[in-house]
Amino acid sequence: MNNKVYELEVAALTEKLPKVTEFVDLHLEEAGCSMKAQMQIDIAVEEIFVNIAHYAYEPGTGNAVIRMAIKDNPLRAEIAFIDSGTPYNPLEKKDPDVTLSAEDRQIGGLGIYMTKKSMDDVTYEFKDGHNILTLVKNL
Amino acid sequence: MTIDKKLNGNELTLAIEGRLDTTTAPDLEKVVDESVTSDITSLIIDFAKLEYISSAGLRVLLKSQKIMNKQGEMKVTNVSDVIGEIFEVTGFSDILTIA
Repeated sequence: MNNKVYELEVAALTEKLPKVTEFVDLHLEEAGCSMKAQMQIDIAVEEIFVNIAHYAYEPGTGNAVIRMAIKDNPLRAEIAFIDSGTPYNPLEKKDPDVTLSAEDRQIGGLGIYMTKKSMDDVTYEFKDGHNILTLVKNL
Repeated sequence: MTIDKKLNGNELTLAIEGRLDTTTAPDLEKVVDESVTSDITSLIIDFAKLEYISSAGLRVLLKSQKIMNKQGEMKVTNVSDVIGEIFEVTGFSDILTIA
């Protein structure tokens, strides 16, 4: 029976990304996650964390909490990113046109698009002064 | 991430090993800016040892492709299945020449 919760609090800075990825990968590996799902989750985690690092506390700085749960039925990882920065729902960002040529391509929005495509669920809420974005991926 | 550079006449091969993410993509961008000079007509990006790529890495690939569209051709080689799927989802499989 899986119902484990892990938490990491780090400064919301891009140089903390390896620490965040290491934390997530450790618990995914314990849960027997496939290489493919692990890469998809790592990509989603990077996009969300880097977004917080770039924008949540601009022009200041602050912390991000990553709360990760491994749950059963179905076996899945739920990873919540919690910050107390400016309210912002990245899921409202318009999907990029992925059919354009190299010259016309815009890279903005691609990360959140990849996240939506590869996760089983992505939710956002603003609660008690916190942005809470949660990724759910079946393992 | 490490980048192995090989220059053979006007053909430059960049073999990437490790993870191409927000923290490492600027290193590849720097190598592209410095090494893809105007006399390079063929750029080969070898992904045989690439473990991971995020949108930050895709951004550098797009930039490189735009440079090479003006002065020659670019090929991405030895793409694994998982990375190939990322190219599919993002439409990069239509932009890049995956050989």
